[in-house]
Amino acid sequence: MIFAGIDIGSITAKAALIRDNKLVGTCVIPTGYNPVTAGQKVFSALLAQTQIRREDITAIVATGYGRNSVDFADKAMTEIICHGVGAHFLNPKIRGIIDVGGQDSKAIALDANGQVENFAMNDKCAAGTGRFLEVMAKALDVELDDLGTISLSSSAPSKISSICTVFAESEVISMIAGQQKREDIIAGIHESAAARVGGLATKIKLKGPVIMTGGVAKNRGMVKALENRLGITILVGDLPQENGAIGAAVLASRMTL
Amino acid sequence: MTDTEPQKDKQKIKAAKRMREIMTAYYMDAMTARENNKKIAWITSGGPVEPLIAMDIIPVYPENHGAMIGASKMGEDLCVKAEEMGYSSDLCSYARADISCAQINGGPIGGLPKPDMLICCNNICGTVLKWYEVQARHFKVPLFILDTPVCHTEYSPEIATYVRRQIDDYIVFLETATGRKLDPDQMVQVGHLALKGQKLWQKVLTTTTHKPSPMSAFDAFFFLALIVTLRGTQTAVDFYEELILEMEERVQAGISSVPHEKYRLLWDNLPVWYQLKWLSKKFSDHNACLVADTYTSAWCSSIKYIDENNFLDSMAEAYTRIYLNNGVDKMADQVLDMIRLYDVDGFVMHSNRSCKPYSFGQMDIMNIVREKTGIPVLMLEADMVDPRSFSLSQADTRIDAFMEIIKQKG
Ligand code: SF4
Repeated sequence: MIFAGIDIGSITAKAALIRDNKLVGTCVIPTGYNPVTAGQKVFSALLAQTQIRREDITAIVATGYGRNSVDFADKAMTEIICHGVGAHFLNPKIRGIIDVGGQDSKAIALDANGQVENFAMNDKCAAGTGRFLEVMAKALDVELDDLGTISLSSSAPSKISSICTVFAESEVISMIAGQQKREDIIAGIHESAAARVGGLATKIKLKGPVIMTGGVAKNRGMVKALENRLGITILVGDLPQENGAIGAAVLASRMTL
Repeated sequence: MTDTEPQKDKQKIKAAKRMREIMTAYYMDAMTARENNKKIAWITSGGPVEPLIAMDIIPVYPENHGAMIGASKMGEDLCVKAEEMGYSSDLCSYARADISCAQINGGPIGGLPKPDMLICCNNICGTVLKWYEVQARHFKVPLFILDTPVCHTEYSPEIATYVRRQIDDYIVFLETATGRKLDPDQMVQVGHLALKGQKLWQKVLTTTTHKPSPMSAFDAFFFLALIVTLRGTQTAVDFYEELILEMEERVQAGISSVPHEKYRLLWDNLPVWYQLKWLSKKFSDHNACLVADTYTSAWCSSIKYIDENNFLDSMAEAYTRIYLNNGVDKMADQVLDMIRLYDVDGFVMHSNRSCKPYSFGQMDIMNIVREKTGIPVLMLEADMVDPRSFSLSQADTRIDAFMEIIKQKG
């Protein structure tokens, strides 16, 4: 039997399929303006890519901030539970998750069965989220995907003191004007974001092994800044961005229809 | 479902109508006080109201007014107005709303009736001191401050003497302001009714130990107004007796607040006044009932210190040892007691941007509760009156996730 998970995030929509407890395929597209069509699009794209027919899917679980707009799903679950299930599915040893997505970041503590014990999410503020990094990349005229690589060559990260994204942006602009090195500014940005996200992990006393998920996990500089901040090693899987969708597919397979 | 409507009617608490009438009459009384030669005192929610009642002074509660402002969704405008006057957005939203309301006679009832005096007791917070000073200057009326030191661990003999002496000063202040003497017999009678009212309120709240619960914390938030504003009167006593009867009837008939109560939750901190409907529906959709809360039970939490035969002496202790004036360990003990008594599956903590004394120790209490009981705890960031500190979609996800965790635990 085949099961699907669909994760509608604020920036990207993700889908995953599993068959007999094995991952068959995943797909990521931009969410765009309409979360309803994003759900349909990412699902159709994945079906086409894996050459699986719609009728062969036994159950679908939707997650992410747009979970309730996926009208063809059998059930909606929050991304907190789905990330837990997804991480446990890929690596049962995981006890902690740091998920940084487009508009929110969270820390999730798991028990030995992959069930969520506790979680903490960012406040009503974009600092420490993907959106924060996006704003900074724009200010620095750097591709979002290049932030990580560039920052790794910094030896003296700049100090960003504002928590607010808008103020931090003007701080960065004056740093550019002051001709600070780009890699240092970017490393400083990562440290600032890591301080916010790291606080969530400490708040719930996150235990290892810890895995990082969400689109921002692909940014090596950010992972490194978090490792330094928390003094731990952070694992990153092959599909950090798809983790929530994978968890949703696993939950679909557990549904008794 | 075709029977939703009658079902809904059945679930409604009938006493709500009577309660609205009483509150309207109370505000009418206050609004027409001058014509009837009566004095008005504004008083903080945790302040000792009994001597006022005994001296026939009408107590008016800016905090109750703040709740009304919040519930009628007028909080944002009034808070913004206060900020334009120069007050910080970090100031408690009750204070902001009240201060700006006094300037423009705004809000749901066109402003509160003007005070003849102000009574401020800092057993709830330090904010009220400055807030009442501002209002004393604005209305040019005398202000009495009752200073109740925080009971971090114990109520020491020094605290006892210190507070007791101020109770005498308080009475002198009232006698000077009214030009009348306090009648000791009247004081005994009011003390008696105040204690009786609190015991009845306690009884109302504990009817929710029954499964399924005949009422929810959302109902308690509403019915609370009488024990706050009319404590020490026969009206409050009569009303709560009636309410208890109705609750007992509901228990007998198996009428529950949440139609299919499956999960029972405890709420901490003030209500989010402008989102009561949404929150109540949200939890109800998960078959969860907020059966109890630390907020409304604060008005009966120091019954054990009151001695009817020695009301003024014991009042000093009772008012000093209220929930918010205790140390965090004591607060956590009380929360743990409530978790056991009401047999709850989860704990929802409203981290309230406005109320610092209530929100400050919450992280510690959360950790203590998790360690000692293992029940899931949710921290919800909001503000009781100012909607700018609340994000609906974030709250939605957090509550869903919290309920998923509770359901997982089975
Ligand atoms: S800070 Fe808290 S206790 Fe003080 S007035 Fe505001 S809500 Fe009430």
